Amino acid sequence: MPYHPVLVVGGGLAGLRAALEARFQGVEAAVLSLVHPLRSHSGAAQGGVNAPLGNSEEGKDDTPERHAYETVVGSDFLADQDAVEAMTREATERIFELEHWGAPFSRTPQGKIAQRPFGGGAFPRTCYAADRTGHYLLHTLYQQALKYRVQVYIEWTALSLVVAQGQVQGVVALHLPSGEIETFSAGAVVMATGGAGRLYRKSTNALINTGHGLALAYTAGAPLKDMEFIQFHPTSLYGSNILISEAARGERGYLLNNQGERFMQRYAPRFMELAPRDIVARSVITELKEGRGFDGAYVLLDLRHLGAERILERLPGIRELAISFAGVDPIEEPIPVEPAQHYTMGGIDCNTWGESRLPGLLACGECACVSVHGANRLGGNSLLETVVFGQRAGRRAAELARAGASTSSEEPLKKALEEARTMIEGFKRSNGNEDPASIREEMRRAMWEGVGIFREKEGLEGAVARLQELGERARRLRPAHGGQFFNQDLLRCWELPGQLLVAEAIAGGALRREESRGSHFRLDFPQRDDARFLHHTLAHLTPEGPRFEPRDVAITRWPPEVRKY
Amino acid sequence: MTLNVFRFDPEAGRPPRYDRFPVEAMPGMSLLEALTEIAERQDPSLAFRYSCRGAVCGSCAMSVQGRPRLACQTQLKDLRGEVLVAPLPHLPVIKDLVVEMGPFYQRFEEIMPYLIRRTPPPERELLQAPRERRLLDEVADCVWCGACYASCPTVRQGPSYLGPAALLQAYRFAADSRDEGGREGLRLVDREEGVWRCHTVFNCVEVCPKKINPARAIQALKRKALLGRFKLW
Ligand SMILES: Cc1cc2nc3c(=O)[nH]c(=O)nc-3n(C[C@H](O)[C@H](O)[C@H](O)COP(=O)(O)OP(=O)(O)OC[C@H]3O[C@@H](n4cnc5c(N)ncnc54)[C@H](O)[C@@H]3O)c2cc1C
Ligand code: SF4
Ligand code: FES
Repeated sequence: MPYHPVLVVGGGLAGLRAALEARFQGVEAAVLSLVHPLRSHSGAAQGGVNAPLGNSEEGKDDTPERHAYETVVGSDFLADQDAVEAMTREATERIFELEHWGAPFSRTPQGKIAQRPFGGGAFPRTCYAADRTGHYLLHTLYQQALKYRVQVYIEWTALSLVVAQGQVQGVVALHLPSGEIETFSAGAVVMATGGAGRLYRKSTNALINTGHGLALAYTAGAPLKDMEFIQFHPTSLYGSNILISEAARGERGYLLNNQGERFMQRYAPRFMELAPRDIVARSVITELKEGRGFDGAYVLLDLRHLGAERILERLPGIRELAISFAGVDPIEEPIPVEPAQHYTMGGIDCNTWGESRLPGLLACGECACVSVHGANRLGGNSLLETVVFGQRAGRRAAELARAGASTSSEEPLKKALEEARTMIEGFKRSNGNEDPASIREEMRRAMWEGVGIFREKEGLEGAVARLQELGERARRLRPAHGGQFFNQDLLRCWELPGQLLVAEAIAGGALRREESRGSHFRLDFPQRDDARFLHHTLAHLTPEGPRFEPRDVAITRWPPEVRKY
Repeated sequence: MTLNVFRFDPEAGRPPRYDRFPVEAMPGMSLLEALTEIAERQDPSLAFRYSCRGAVCGSCAMSVQGRPRLACQTQLKDLRGEVLVAPLPHLPVIKDLVVEMGPFYQRFEEIMPYLIRRTPPPERELLQAPRERRLLDEVADCVWCGACYASCPTVRQGPSYLGPAALLQAYRFAADSRDEGGREGLRLVDREEGVWRCHTVFNCVEVCPKKINPARAIQALKRKALLGRFKLW
C-alpha cells in the first residue's frame, strides 16, 4: 500500500500549491486527482487574481489593508478578518513567486504585471494574463510540480477517507481507467477538491465539480461551514452557462435590458456594472421578472463600444467563447447572458493553516472555508485564496506529517479497502431500480428552484424535503453496467448520496438563516440582521441529517457597517 | 441526426464496433452534450472524458468525421446526417472514446517544460515588455489536448518523436524573455527525435482547436538551434 507523508486530494491550483510547499519543506508529497491536473476547473478562470501591487497609476496607493477592508465589506462582514488579513498580507509574495516561476502575466508599458479593476474593488488590483489567467497559472504550477517531481496519481478518485482513533489515516481511491481500488496511507491528507457548482442546474463550473470532495470530508466527520452562501454570477452565456468573466465589465462593458437601458443605474448607481456580483445577479433576475429581458430569459452584455482592438487584446478568450458557444462575435453584437451558480463560499471548516476539525485532515482552495469570502466572494480573490492557503496548508501538512511518526497500523486502511470493495460489488449486484441521472437531475432542479438567487421559507422547506426524499431513493441506486474499465456510471452512483447530503447542508443552512446577507437573499427577510445572524453556520452530519451550530465571526478591525454600492 | 460511436471494451473480448445512437439536435447543443445525453438516457456504459465543457481544459479531444476535435467545441448544427465519432487515432484505446494519454504526457516531461532561471529572483516581478510578452500569446495557450499529436504522420512512424505539442512547449520557454535555460533547453530538442524529425506536414496547424501554429514554433526552434550551434563553435 503506497504511503505518502502528505497526500493531497485534488490537482487544481490549491492542491498543486500545497504539494509543492510540502516539497519545499523537505517532505515528500503526492497528488491524487480525478482528472489530469491540467483538466482541473482552475484552468477555466479567466479574469485574474487580486494582489495590492500598486502597479497601475490609479492603483499606486493600494495596500494590503485596503484590499482586506474591501474584502471584508464585500463579504458583508461575515469573513474572518484575521484570515482576510493573512491573505492580503501574503498576496504580493505569492503573485511574484508565480511570476518568477514563469506565469505569463499581461504587462504594463513599464513591463510590470498588469492590473485591472474588478467588482467591489476601488483600485485596479486584479493581476491578469489576458483573460486566461487560470489556464496560465495552472500550467505554471503544474510545470513546477514536474520540476520538483511531485508524484501525481492521474485519474484516481478518492472514494472515502479512512479515520481511525480520531485521526485521518489515508484514503481509499479508484483508478477509473483500470477499475483498480487501492488505499493510500498518509501522514496528513489535504483536501483540494474544488467547488460544488454541479449541485445546481445552471452553473459556470466544470462538469466534474460535483461536490464529492466536500461529501468525503463531511461524512468522515469534518463539519462544513457557511454552505448557504453560494455565489451566482450575473453573466454566463445564455444556454450553456459558460462564464463571461467579470473582466468584460472590468473593461467597461455595459449590461442592457430590452429597452436598451443600462439597468444597473437603478440598482447600484455608483458602481454600475461593477457592483459586486450578488447585487448584479439579483438585478438581472429582477429585470427578467419585470419583463425587461429578452424571451424572458436573458439580458445583453454589450462590448461593442470598446472597439475591436481592445477586445482582441484584453478579452480574446471571451470573444472566442462567445463565437464558439453562442455564435455571436462581441465586436459586432452584444452577448446574451443569464445568471448561473458560480462559486461555493462555504466548505470544509478550517483555520488559517488549513486544519479542519478532524485531526490529520486539512483543506485549501474552493472546497475549504477558512472564511475569507464570508457571505460573498470578490472576483479575483479565489485564485488568490488557492495559492495563499494552498501554501499554508502544504506547510502545516508537512509539519504534521513530520511530527506524527506513523504509528498507526495498516488494519483500518485494509478494512476500509474491503468495505469499499464490498460496497462496489453490492452496487453492481443491487436489485435497485434507480438510475443516477434522474435523481441527479431532480436534485439540481430542486437546488436551482428552491435554494437559488432569491429564497424564502416555503421554497427552502420544499427543497429540504425533496432532497431527503431523493436521499431515500438513492438507497436503491443501481449502475446500468458492471464493467471494470472507465466505469463512469459506477462513479456517478458512488458520489450521488454524498452530493445529496452536501445539498441538504446548503438548503438547511439557508432555511435557518432568516436574514439577507451577501449572496444569501431571503425575500421574507430582506435585511441583514446582525443581532441574530452575525455568525458562521457549522453543519455537522448526524444520522438524522445536518445539525447546525453557530460560530462567532472573527472581527478584529472593522466593525460591521452597511454595505452599499 | 445519428451518431455512430466507436465502442470497445477490453473486458468483453469482442472486437471493436460502432453503435448507432439517434440524437435530437437542440439549438446550441454541442457534441459533448449529445454524448452526455446518450450516456444518461441510452447507454450508461459509454465512456468518454470531459471536464470544463468550454474548450479550455483539453479533456475531450476525439475524432469526429475522421478529424481530431474537441467534442465540447463541436456544435451539432455544423454536422450532418450520419456522424462518425471515434477515439483519437494512434493512441491505445482504454475504453470506447477514452485513450491512453500517458505516451503523450511523457513527451512533455522530456523537454523540461518549465522556466529556467540562473540568477536569484528580484524582490518584485521580473520585468517583461509588452512586446516580449506578446511572443507568448499563442504558444502558451496550448491545452495539451493531443489533437495535433494524434494527427501527425511523423508521430505515427516512430513513437520516439517528441511531436508538435511538446516542441511547441519547448518553444514557449525558448521564446520567453525571462528564460535563462539557453542552450540547455535547446539541447533537448536539437536532436533527431526533436525538431529535426518534423517534416512540416502542417496537420497540427489544421487540427489545433486553439488555433495555434505548432509548425511555426518548430521552425523557429530549428533556427534557434542552428544559431546556437553556430555560436558554440
Ligand atoms: C468559469 C470560472 C471562472 C473563474 N474566474 C475566476 C477569476 O477570474 N478569478 C478568481 O479569483 N477566481 C475565479 N474563479 C474561481 C476559481 O477559479 C476557483 O475557485 C479555483 O480555481 C478553485 O481551485 P481549486 O484548486 O480549489 O479547485 P479546482 O481547480 O476545481 O480543482 C479541484 C481538483 O480536485 C480534484 N478532485 C475533485 N474531487 C476529487 C476526488 N473525489 N478525488 C480526487 N480528486 C478529486 C479534481 O480532479 C481537480 O483536480 C472562476 C470560477 C469559474 C467557475
Ligand atoms: S497545440 Fe493545439 S492541438 Fe496540440 S495539444 Fe496544444 S491545443 Fe491541442
Ligand atoms: S471538456 Fe474541456 S475541452 Fe472539452
